[in-house]
Amino acid sequence: MTLTLGHFLTVGAILFALSVIGIFLNRKNLIVLLMAIELMLLAVNMNFVAFSHYLGDMHGQVFVFFILTVAAAESAIGLAILVLLFRNRSSISAEELNTLKG
Amino acid sequence: MNYQTGFFYLFAAVLLFAAFRVITARNPVHAVLYLMLSFTQAAALWLILKAEFLGITLVLVYLGAVMVLFLFVVMMLDIRFEGDRWSFWQNFPLALVIGALVAAEIAAVTWVGFPKIAGGEVAGAAEGVSNTKALGILLYTEYLYPIQVAAVILLVAMLTAIALTLRHRKDSKAINPGDQVRVRAADRLVVVPMAATTRPADPAPAAQEEGKAS
Repeated sequence: MTLTLGHFLTVGAILFALSVIGIFLNRKNLIVLLMAIELMLLAVNMNFVAFSHYLGDMHGQVFVFFILTVAAAESAIGLAILVLLFRNRSSISAEELNTLKG
Repeated sequence: MNYQTGFFYLFAAVLLFAAFRVITARNPVHAVLYLMLSFTQAAALWLILKAEFLGITLVLVYLGAVMVLFLFVVMMLDIRFEGDRWSFWQNFPLALVIGALVAAEIAAVTWVGFPKIAGGEVAGAAEGVSNTKALGILLYTEYLYPIQVAAVILLVAMLTAIALTLRHRKDSKAINPGDQVRVRAADRLVVVPMAATTRPADPAPAAQEEGKAS
């Protein structure tokens, strides 16, 4: 039994589903939400690398490279906003952020 | 079943377990550590797929920089955990249903839509160069302009993070050396012209009082 494309795509699918579950479960904790988004990006990257390998096309790996860049930028800015939020409100609960609700 | 398949199942099992623990861990520090574990397993899976450069980059950049940043922020924030996880178990059935739906749909589409491609065609092997070299050739020829844009995105992210978290403390007693060197004598000592102080009250009435007493 050799590895097929389906194996890796299934791992990516389960990983993506787990992170979706994580976003539902951890609505109180903003930092775990950020981690779930990182896991989602990892699942997408896994699919890209698997396709790139099995179709023999390097462009998929270049795309993963750019996704990694954007993910690093996103997490840096997200953590900066988180620090700022904690400094101003001393809480990072996503459910308390209802100032704009009116 | 060759050894590659065995390693695939090992890494995939640890990856999925670690991802599960990331979303269910009570302590955010544990969640970050499990996230690091899942990233290492993903890097190992990418090595199985012969994407060496990306696997090593994932370990170096993600585990070395981004995850350490996460850990730093989590430890700095000093989050108090709410004792009750009421909303956790309240949302659990819905989350389970949606997650199972997403996984089943994606897996179904990928198993049906992409038949068992097991060729194992190594990307870049046709040119007879390593994965890193093939990626580099592609990045610096065809993707030269996008890589500049990516660099600008990283620069903007850096500036944004600094600008967001920078603050000037009001109670800081730090001295600006430039101002200190540039100071002149007139800045140090200022002679303020003032009117003369008023005279003390006339002592004559007090003398009269003394005269009465004697």
